[in-house]
Amino acid sequence: MPRDPEPAPDAPARRSDPGGHETSGHETSGHERAGLAPPPSLAALFLGFLGIGVIAFGGVLPIARRALVEKHRWITNEEFTELLGLSQFLPGPNILNFTIVLGSRFHGIPGAASAFLGLSLVPMVIVITLGWLFDRYADIGAVSNAMAGVAAAAAGLVLAMAGHIAAPLWRNPTLRASAIAVATFLAIGVFGVRLPVVMLIVAPLSVALAWRALP
Amino acid sequence: MQDDNPLGALALNFLILSLLAVGGATAVLPEMHRQVVETAGWMTDAEFARAFAVAQAAPGPNILVVTLIGWHVAGVTGALVATFAMCAPASILAYVVGGVWHRFRHAKWRRAIQVGLMPMTVGLVAAGGFLLAEATARSYGAVALTLSSMAILLFTRISPLWMLAAGAAAGMLGLA
Repeated sequence: MPRDPEPAPDAPARRSDPGGHETSGHETSGHERAGLAPPPSLAALFLGFLGIGVIAFGGVLPIARRALVEKHRWITNEEFTELLGLSQFLPGPNILNFTIVLGSRFHGIPGAASAFLGLSLVPMVIVITLGWLFDRYADIGAVSNAMAGVAAAAAGLVLAMAGHIAAPLWRNPTLRASAIAVATFLAIGVFGVRLPVVMLIVAPLSVALAWRALP
Repeated sequence: MQDDNPLGALALNFLILSLLAVGGATAVLPEMHRQVVETAGWMTDAEFARAFAVAQAAPGPNILVVTLIGWHVAGVTGALVATFAMCAPASILAYVVGGVWHRFRHAKWRRAIQVGLMPMTVGLVAAGGFLLAEATARSYGAVALTLSSMAILLFTRISPLWMLAAGAAAGMLGLA
């Protein structure tokens, strides 16, 4: 799988077991668990996601895929893609949704909590420390110039992410999807319409149009 | 609007944003910017862009920009309150929906939601990037840096961290 930060939201979900909290991770049929490690303990979940969080620079999902599918073998690649599709559809940060759903499949609410804390505790401390350092030394010209450069590059990073999310659109451009993307961009970015207003209008419209376009 | 109790306002802002963030934290960046910079006046345009950059440069989920905003407004308590508010509603929803989602994996409405939300997310994230680019465009060099970072990350698979490092270097040399 390519290292796209945001693989296609409509990527196929090929997993075939019925779902449910705390069950589907380890009560699936034998062949689906073949090649996978036993379900992780709470501590292993915490440590596994800790290892993902502290090395995940500029996008957690690619790192998470490598760790969960290839290194720990807790889930298959297909399960990963399916969980990712769900995480992208739900509101909230994708990686957060992903962590909650995966943790809860193994151990319910405690599992979700360990995975979440593992992922975010150490990065939270790091980011506050960095923020404090930059605030403290912002008076030094070189530091504030460097941060301005980082901020400009980070803006480019977000624009590129939009391009990556649009992957299905590049492959199969439709007037419907292009018009929705452009209209959303103009409404928010140029005309400053408030997000809830845009979402209340655009989301139902776009889903309805997609429904009509589906076979 | 200078609220007497910024913690309450922080919590309320991010509780709502949490449920609007379809497509991730970047999708609500414009709304976050509007509330934090324009309505509440907690940060300047440049401070907001810098907080975002720090969150990008640090490891971990890029939702941590919320942690930094909270910290900026009300210290460590603010950081914890903002992060919790941004994460809790979405997490609860993810927990509930996570169990149901499998069952409807072939349903047409599920595909329609996935297919339909994608272009909106593209527009939201692009608008977020555009607003950040505006906030950081203090020189032609900065604009060039934004555009080249975008192009390189679109067409190559190098780690975004290299672009942030290149941005730091270019900035220090006075090119941004």
